Amino acid sequence: MATTAKTKPGKRAAKPKATAEELNHFYREMLMIRRFEEKAGQLYGMGLIQGFCHLYIGQEAVIVGMQAAADTEKDSVVTSYRDHGHMLACGMDPKGVMAELTGRASGYSRGKGGSMHMFSREKRFFGGHGIVAAQVPIGTGLAFAHRYKEDGGVCMTYYGDGAANQGQVFESFNMAALWKLPVVYVLENNRYGMGTSVARAAANQELYKRGTAFGIPGEEVDGMDVVAVRDAAKKALDSVRSGKGPQILGMLTYRYRGHSMSDPAKYRTREEVSKVRAEQDPIDRVRNMLMEHDYATEDQLKKVDAEIKAIVTEAAEFAQQSPEPDPSELYTDILIET
Amino acid sequence: MAELTYREAVAEAIAQEMERDENVVFLGEDIGKAGGVFKATVGLFDKFGPERVRDTPIAEQAILGAAMGAAMTGLRPVAEIMFSDFFAVCWDIVANQIAKTRYMTDGQVTMPLVIRTANGGGVRFGAQHSQAVENWAMMIPGLKVIAPSSPADVKGLLAASIRDEDPVIFFEQKSLYAEKGEVPDGEHIEELGTAKVVRPGDDAVIYALAAMVPRAVKAAERLQAEDGINVSVVDVRSLVPLDTQTIFDEFRKSGRAFTVEENPRLCGWGAEISSLITEECFWDMDLPVTRITTPHIPLPASDNLEDAALPSVDRIYNTVREGLD
Repeated sequence: MATTAKTKPGKRAAKPKATAEELNHFYREMLMIRRFEEKAGQLYGMGLIQGFCHLYIGQEAVIVGMQAAADTEKDSVVTSYRDHGHMLACGMDPKGVMAELTGRASGYSRGKGGSMHMFSREKRFFGGHGIVAAQVPIGTGLAFAHRYKEDGGVCMTYYGDGAANQGQVFESFNMAALWKLPVVYVLENNRYGMGTSVARAAANQELYKRGTAFGIPGEEVDGMDVVAVRDAAKKALDSVRSGKGPQILGMLTYRYRGHSMSDPAKYRTREEVSKVRAEQDPIDRVRNMLMEHDYATEDQLKKVDAEIKAIVTEAAEFAQQSPEPDPSELYTDILIET
Repeated sequence: MAELTYREAVAEAIAQEMERDENVVFLGEDIGKAGGVFKATVGLFDKFGPERVRDTPIAEQAILGAAMGAAMTGLRPVAEIMFSDFFAVCWDIVANQIAKTRYMTDGQVTMPLVIRTANGGGVRFGAQHSQAVENWAMMIPGLKVIAPSSPADVKGLLAASIRDEDPVIFFEQKSLYAEKGEVPDGEHIEELGTAKVVRPGDDAVIYALAAMVPRAVKAAERLQAEDGINVSVVDVRSLVPLDTQTIFDEFRKSGRAFTVEENPRLCGWGAEISSLITEECFWDMDLPVTRITTPHIPLPASDNLEDAALPSVDRIYNTVREGLD
């Protein structure tokens, strides 16, 4: 493993730094993403989802923890192509997301975006971008607009360890630091840029320190611990919102599945994946906390599981039953129609 | 009417729109305090201040990313890419992001931004600072592409581009910056997607763009004076949307057309016009469409070589005269 998460698996945790209500919320949100992604994987296997499909399984704590700290009335979010989890955590409708995956007219982009390109202005989710790191200058621009409009918002710009090696990231860091823009760069280090480990791709693996040259503070966070993510996010967002300029949060996380559905992930061992799943799984960790501290009963959690299963099943059915987009859609929304 | 230079018209248009709409912001390299490397934006920094007229680092991807992100939430940024050749270092943001967003968001996110850039040759800057790259932009669905030839059109079309809800690539021809022309006083707006007949004629039509327009007009005047040939000149102005109505109407008067293009020959905009005329006006054709272009070569720096590469008044005159013989 390229980097070490600072967790001590198996040890009975001290009193959690989150309330019962918060933990129950985290559990639900993360499980929602997990089950949604499992279903997407299934539909992909059945040929109902085609093209690209990058699953977020394993990384759920990052977006859920971040959103828990965000001001969802003001803040904006932009990310890469591994975007389903971000959309759900931003409050987008699972039905619309799944229908976009199956390329249907009721999808968020009416079938014209696909897995990598969904947006919701209403939820301030600005994509969904398919080119590695391209969302980083765009997120910097969203932050520029927050600042220009003085709307008090911060843009949370997500990027991966692969994107961290792209030149445009450094152009953006420089501009954001120079202009003290309200942006938190959330580095989701899942340890592999496609099939190449961070150790084999990055001259210096401490990617969260890559803003040092621009005076951008970076913090490494256990991205498999939703409470740690939430706490780090809160601190970073407070500082950025107060006008002190951008920050980097380096989330150490892990994706259980391949880069995309077509990736058999032969560049790592099964044991490596099993070990992370067994020892660090973000959902199991919260589940254990809930149980250990009597914040939830087995029955209550089963009920949550059942509710989520129903939502995901409904989304999958909706996504299969929705009509395909009309061929005339080919020619709409290219430019403003006159 | 006031007489302005092409470069003064740029600043006038931006100022007109910034005064009108506080969502208009302007960013680019050396555009503010320095007034632009071509002095096309002099005075804007003093007038509107550093928050609205932003000098940026020399970082084209960051500039266009900032413009795009800002446009996504309702600002109307005008970004400058100093030389159009530099689009090659930030083309991802233009071609993959800005051009595709409206489509991929099912119309949720519009992209009301303008990218201004100094395009074209004639000033001995060599192969990396002289290219006419309007065809790069023209072939990407989702962009509007404008290239004015006169100060009045600079003002009117740039203002219209800033007000437009779609992303516009605005090509300013750098050899025209010092050219003067009458510009209407007060608010001046032209319509995007319209070509302009700048010289009427019924023996043949020349379609030209940007710096090639004045050259085509000079050649047409010479044809009239020396040979009694009456050639019309159409300033295409807007490559996307393309004003096919005006293009076809003017063609049908004579059935004989020439294009004068600064871009290297392959896949220049004139090839598209030639193809459209062949498909839509075949039975009106008297001659095949003849394209007068820069050869398919990188542009040289030396003055005699560059002059030999770009379509000149002599070359236009000779080609049209021989073509009509």
